[in-house]
Amino acid sequence: MIPELGHFSLIIALFLATTLGVLSILGAQRNSRALMGVARPLAYGMFVFVALAFGVLAHAFLSNDFSVLYVAQHSNSQLPGQYRFAAIWGGHEGSLLLWALLLSVWAASVATFSRHLPEEMVARVLGVMGLIEAGFLLFMLLTSNPFTRLLPAAADGADLNPLLQDPGLVIHPPMLYMGYVGFSVAYAFAISALLGGKLDATWARWSRPWTTVAWVFMTIGIALGSGWAYYELGWGGWWFWDPVENASFMPWLLGTALIHSLAVTEKRGAFKSWTVLLAIGAFSLSLLGTFLVRSGVLTSVHSFASDPRRGIFILGFLVVVVGASLLLFAWRAPKVGLGGKFDMLSRESLLLSNNVLLSVASASVLIGTLYPLFMDALGYGKLSVGAPYFQAVFVPLMVPMVFMMGLGPLARWKKMAAPDLASRVKWGFAGALVVALLLPFTMGKILSLESHKWSFLIALGLLMSFWIIASLVISLKQRLSGEGDFVQKLRRQSPSYYGMQLAHLGVAVFIIGVTMVKGYETERDVRMNVGDTLAAGGYEFRFNGVSQVTGPNYVSGMGSVTVHKDGRLVTELHPEKRVYNVSGMPLTEASIQPGLFRDLYVSLGEPIPESDGAWAVRIYIKPFVDWIWAGCLMMALGGVLAISDRRYRIHQKAVARAGNGTIVGNLQGQTS
Amino acid sequence: MMRFILPLVLFLILSVFLYKGLGRDTREVPSPLIGKAAPEFQLPTLQDPAKQFSPKEMLGKVWLLNVWASWCEACKDEHPVLMEFSMQKMLPIIGVDYKDKRDQGMDTLKNAGNPYDQVISDADGKVGFDYGVYGVPETYVIDKTGIIRFKQIGPITPENLRDKLMPLIAELQAK
Repeated sequence: MIPELGHFSLIIALFLATTLGVLSILGAQRNSRALMGVARPLAYGMFVFVALAFGVLAHAFLSNDFSVLYVAQHSNSQLPGQYRFAAIWGGHEGSLLLWALLLSVWAASVATFSRHLPEEMVARVLGVMGLIEAGFLLFMLLTSNPFTRLLPAAADGADLNPLLQDPGLVIHPPMLYMGYVGFSVAYAFAISALLGGKLDATWARWSRPWTTVAWVFMTIGIALGSGWAYYELGWGGWWFWDPVENASFMPWLLGTALIHSLAVTEKRGAFKSWTVLLAIGAFSLSLLGTFLVRSGVLTSVHSFASDPRRGIFILGFLVVVVGASLLLFAWRAPKVGLGGKFDMLSRESLLLSNNVLLSVASASVLIGTLYPLFMDALGYGKLSVGAPYFQAVFVPLMVPMVFMMGLGPLARWKKMAAPDLASRVKWGFAGALVVALLLPFTMGKILSLESHKWSFLIALGLLMSFWIIASLVISLKQRLSGEGDFVQKLRRQSPSYYGMQLAHLGVAVFIIGVTMVKGYETERDVRMNVGDTLAAGGYEFRFNGVSQVTGPNYVSGMGSVTVHKDGRLVTELHPEKRVYNVSGMPLTEASIQPGLFRDLYVSLGEPIPESDGAWAVRIYIKPFVDWIWAGCLMMALGGVLAISDRRYRIHQKAVARAGNGTIVGNLQGQTS
Repeated sequence: MMRFILPLVLFLILSVFLYKGLGRDTREVPSPLIGKAAPEFQLPTLQDPAKQFSPKEMLGKVWLLNVWASWCEACKDEHPVLMEFSMQKMLPIIGVDYKDKRDQGMDTLKNAGNPYDQVISDADGKVGFDYGVYGVPETYVIDKTGIIRFKQIGPITPENLRDKLMPLIAELQAK
């Protein structure tokens, strides 16, 4: 009986969402207070019923109700509790319910934290979100109901895919979905602005904090997914350019462009139509990602089981949502007019260039991801592009972007004299260049690696990072030099300034990580007998054999590898080869000793047949690899700092915002 | 005006491709092994470890190499299709029990039926490695001269058996 309650809740939520969408948008168009007044209660109601449905599914998983088909397919009575909960989003239907839940959470948050916004704006934003929610609920009810019964009930479940039985995977999808779905808020604000015909700086100010929150979640979500791939797949890679990874990376790139573009629209009134287009684009790519993952048009390790009906539905939904938005854009945007003027060299022009580069990067990921689809449709056969394509397009785009990223915060709004800017940065750039060129000569020695050749790509990567750091120091120096108390000046800088610089520093840290791993990693795939040792990167690895260990729902061959450096014991690593009881699927668990400057990474390959306990063992030394994720974390924290800025405090009066916000913003741009 | 319509136009073109992509069979990925000789191996059969099998024995016949495992969920969908196909006795079907425990593999065949003329036990995944297996089940069509002609990734369905595999097999057998 309880699962049917969940099903019923979804139907009620669909009814509420549709009503929300129709009534509040209609109310805003007709300026009817009564109709607009229903927006908030309906948004809360929608949230309550979707949450109820989610609770029911959670109950079915935790109580091992194998009469529910979805539970029987994705859980098992042996599955540990936390994974039984995470199994809710372990398959297509449940992850869709998570999507719908998070969307209703965002809608309810907008309803709560929008007291100071004009009534018709709130009504339109919630209405647009209601329509999107209605689309997803309809999709679920028509093609992917998580509450479908299995009669007679299964004795036990088929178990959750062992790859997903991992703490990283418990939080990765909710984080990522918070980001995907969060872009719907920026999208809803943009559509409301288009509908209302008021494309001024105000909509940008309102949607800025929401967009940044979504971006923060997405950054963390992508970083978690990449970290998971690193330690769970056993190959030591951290990004594979897999279609599903790309599906999250494209909206992230466009979302990054969007948060910068929103800043310009808010502060300078420029890029108005461009910002609207980015807001539509970021959410459209989130929807496209959903389509790619669930329709089976591309092969990926992550794909959900595909069903042609689902593909048709999402594609139809995508065409309606994105097509209607772009139509609205084509109709309304020409009337917007141009914003504030700016010179060829100014903070605006630098931000615009980076916006374009990020969008082009996003488009090239899209082309690479869909390439097999295009070629097949045009009859050129089944071809696909891999990591080499993405690296070949990505690096050339990112180099000028990083260069301008350093200049941007130093340049003035509106107009900046080139000689002036050049004289500000010349020593910083020269310093970064010299260090980047010289450091690779000695790096091999510092890290005691076998390979220590000088290479162009390593020097380039280091130059990019050091340049960001140098420009950051220059910017801080500008703001803090001169008369007055140093500490007080340090305090006077806004959190959003620190947030931006922290996020940019995160990019520098990330680039160092990527450069060092690519340039200096040591990878050894060797056959090791019990007692064999291998010397690599100044360490000595000794293989002590593999013993049987029993886990809660698997049996594992657990290896023991002791690592010595200069005769001292560094660590003992325990890579595993697990076989899960129910599915019988084998899984590799790498064992890693992380470090600030290098990870020691050991994973088990296959046992060598007809030997005395010998195994194929993969031994990797990954210098600076953790900097990749540290960089992502810093970007996310930068976003959090930016949101904490007083100008975005929700309890602040709308009047104060409209007045002071712009002035403070302008003043901040004109330092020096 | 035109530049504001451009995003819509681009999106509509993209949608057409996405629509065309919906019916696409992504499982049919070209393998570098197609058109090349099937890699040689020598492995014991599942039922009798003393008996060895090698692809050389199959020269002169068109045959199917099907990689499966007892732990593989998708193989359970494929199994009935193979059972029915084996009744037609169109060609020899050789199974490779991939990275599996011998007794579990035998149990599966005992319970669900055995569509194979011979089953090879590849407990260490050696054949899988040589043949570039990256997902179980996978199926190879190998011709009379020992050349791999087709590779199917993922389960064989009644449709692609009828539309792809059987015409190809008939054509190869006629040669």
